[in-house]
Amino acid sequence: MSDPRIIVMECLRYHPERDTEPYHQRFEVPFTPEMSVLEGLQYIKDHLDGSLTFRWSCRMAVCGNCGCMVNGEPVLSCQTFLRDYHPECVRVEPLDHFPIQRDLAVDPADFLDKLQQVAPYLIPAQDRIPEDGPYRQTPEQMQDYLDTSACINCLLCYAACPQYGLKADFLGPAVLALAHRYNADSRDAGRARRMEVMNGDAGVWGCTLVGRCSEVCPKGVDPAGAINRNKPAAALDTLRRLLQSGRTCTP
Amino acid sequence: MQTIDTDVVVIGGGGAGLRAAIAAAEADPEVTVALVSKVVPTRSHTVAAEGGAAGVIHPDDHLDKHFDDTVSGGDWLCEQDVVEWFVGRCTPEMTQLEHWGCPWSRQPDGQVNVRYFGGMKSPRSWFAADRTGFHMLHTLFQTSLKYPSIRRFDECFCMDLLVEDGRLRGVLAVYVPSGDSLLLRCRAAVLATGGAGRVYRQNTNAGIVTGEGMGMALACGTGLRDMEFVQWHPTTLPGSGLLITEGARGEGGILLNRHGRRYLQDHGLGPVDPWPRPRAMELGPRDRVSQAFWHEDRAGRTLSTPQGTAVHLDLRHLGHKTLEERLPQILHLARTFAAVDPVEAPIPVRPAVHYTMGGVPTDRHGATAVEGLYAAGECASTGLHGANRLGSNSLAELLVFGRAAGEAAVAHARNGPAPAPGVERQAEAALRQWHALLEPRRGERLATLRDAMQAAMEDGVGIVREAEGMARACEALADLRARYRRGVRLDDTGRAFNTEWLATLELGHALKVAETIAHAALARRESRGAHLRSDGYDRRDDEGFLCHSLAWDQGEAPPRIDHAPVTLTRSAPGERVYGGPA
Repeated sequence: MSDPRIIVMECLRYHPERDTEPYHQRFEVPFTPEMSVLEGLQYIKDHLDGSLTFRWSCRMAVCGNCGCMVNGEPVLSCQTFLRDYHPECVRVEPLDHFPIQRDLAVDPADFLDKLQQVAPYLIPAQDRIPEDGPYRQTPEQMQDYLDTSACINCLLCYAACPQYGLKADFLGPAVLALAHRYNADSRDAGRARRMEVMNGDAGVWGCTLVGRCSEVCPKGVDPAGAINRNKPAAALDTLRRLLQSGRTCTP
Repeated sequence: MQTIDTDVVVIGGGGAGLRAAIAAAEADPEVTVALVSKVVPTRSHTVAAEGGAAGVIHPDDHLDKHFDDTVSGGDWLCEQDVVEWFVGRCTPEMTQLEHWGCPWSRQPDGQVNVRYFGGMKSPRSWFAADRTGFHMLHTLFQTSLKYPSIRRFDECFCMDLLVEDGRLRGVLAVYVPSGDSLLLRCRAAVLATGGAGRVYRQNTNAGIVTGEGMGMALACGTGLRDMEFVQWHPTTLPGSGLLITEGARGEGGILLNRHGRRYLQDHGLGPVDPWPRPRAMELGPRDRVSQAFWHEDRAGRTLSTPQGTAVHLDLRHLGHKTLEERLPQILHLARTFAAVDPVEAPIPVRPAVHYTMGGVPTDRHGATAVEGLYAAGECASTGLHGANRLGSNSLAELLVFGRAAGEAAVAHARNGPAPAPGVERQAEAALRQWHALLEPRRGERLATLRDAMQAAMEDGVGIVREAEGMARACEALADLRARYRRGVRLDDTGRAFNTEWLATLELGHALKVAETIAHAALARRESRGAHLRSDGYDRRDDEGFLCHSLAWDQGEAPPRIDHAPVTLTRSAPGERVYGGPA
């Protein structure tokens, strides 16, 4: 292994029991070419300051736990490499737009609450039991939803979305993409139920097509595309409701 | 301390825990279920499983083949009645998951596709590209949101199982973000906390796979069974241990030594042709393929990389299109973490610790020796895997036994006694003990003790073992436990989001679990499955050791090891034959 070089990692610190305001702390970290930002944080925790707090788990970009801002960009720290920042310092901060719990850890509760609202599970037209066997679904039909099913809930898209930053009740990119994932699944019949939420004040119309969500997604999900594929459906849904209400109104 | 009464507590939000919670909710919507997980469930390690989940559906396959592959793969240490029960329930569970939306990969006509894994007579692995665990976990998590009786406690760390007179009475936990404690008084609990791969340095496991669930069960008297059987996955990235799925070989990938030779033909898995064929060469079982690497390494026929020796996994002949379609995550992992494009070049790989075959002994319904306590998934030892787990059986296990344990817990909760008063005192006492870990101002750093534990396990209880090395590991672990008791000096002494404190708690359990592995290994004077000895015990000894090992907690002293019989129903121990002509 080559001799380690030194990089300065500047981490945001905030302890809810002690600090009134967040501040930044600099650490000098020896690193090798294969070391990720996550491994830099782990080095600090093991050797320099055991109180530095951050989330991680799988180390292979699939659990979605290690999202943070690195030099202002939302990334997964496990697949962001220190070599790409040296000799400049690398600044590591918690994901934008979420309340900080401590240091680099943010509170994901808002995302989890919103996920629940869109009924992100298969709602079949008819109940089926295992003895009926699997549904038939061709590879072509799978293509309709496979991309959006790859979401790892890492929340990078929320940190990138200017609309979520401005309008806290916006369901946001990942939740709307997951709603689309089930709407687009040939086995599902729950679209009407989801459209009520997707077409509401916090739904698809909150998206102004900036597209940052799709740029930062580490899994190629394209939430912006998914959201905008649902705008015609949402518009039709609105029109249908208007017509239905028109029928019941006396002119 | 906050106190909540609930009927069933599920500890762990991975595949087994979620399946148990859903089964409990479906069995009786009136039963209240608390799902306690130290991470948001979608962060659980099930997410990292790549290749597949076993279930007989291919026209050439049969439940008897699944049984035979599992029992011979496990070197006849499997509980055969459990295996029989298991194989019949895999396919309905896979189908159930399909009905919940799991995107299993399909054939052109829309039927579910299956592929070969190592040690299989017929293609049997249901897969969702190479993100099978990810899709299973997210399908289960999202489906769990349908059930109002499941109350989630995300990022809530279980610290203790509260047992009195051999009966489970409650679960003590701490909310990670606030550090506030929580007592869940319950009638039944399902332990679904995963394995203990992190007691080794080079492993495929997520950082959370630290074994404290096994440790807590051990401490309350369940014992741990067959802990010496640790699985090394043959193909992981050197250094990091990141997993390169067996599915890569299922699709036709080959392994080459530094001379470009398919060396598995020299280790009882050949001949090479015809290729591919089941149960031969690269489709041998994991124990044999990892052991072959060890021999190649000793003979100097491996490659050197900056992160240690390796062999080549060559996928180039599969072609870009197949790789993109069947193994997209492998492409991403190799490109990102090994700077290798598998389309253009072979991937350097070596074995790393992957799975603990042993665990908390249970029957097929997940019941443990403690009344009201059930276990499922990697933390449990149902007896399914024997001495070597077959690839794809663990994802199936999560579903089959997660469901069984959830249903059994509900049945117990319905008939069991109400949450008993008095458990609060027990909880307070336990909590004082864990809070005391925050106090030492002296002692060693957590990382020092953790690294020493991992080094002791790598050195002494590796792929190939001998008495002297195992004894050295036992001594090192006893010494580490003594040092741990003298105090771990924490930089972080607050309560809120104190991951250093929680990691210290994990380490205390991990040290004890590591001890059960080392001592059970030393006591097994034979070679069987993943337990291979080089010191004169290099053969299987059915007269002496066709038996499970059991490790019992002895407080501060090392565990006591004894042995118990194996249930054989219809398959007499025979020779494990892999390779040979087609």
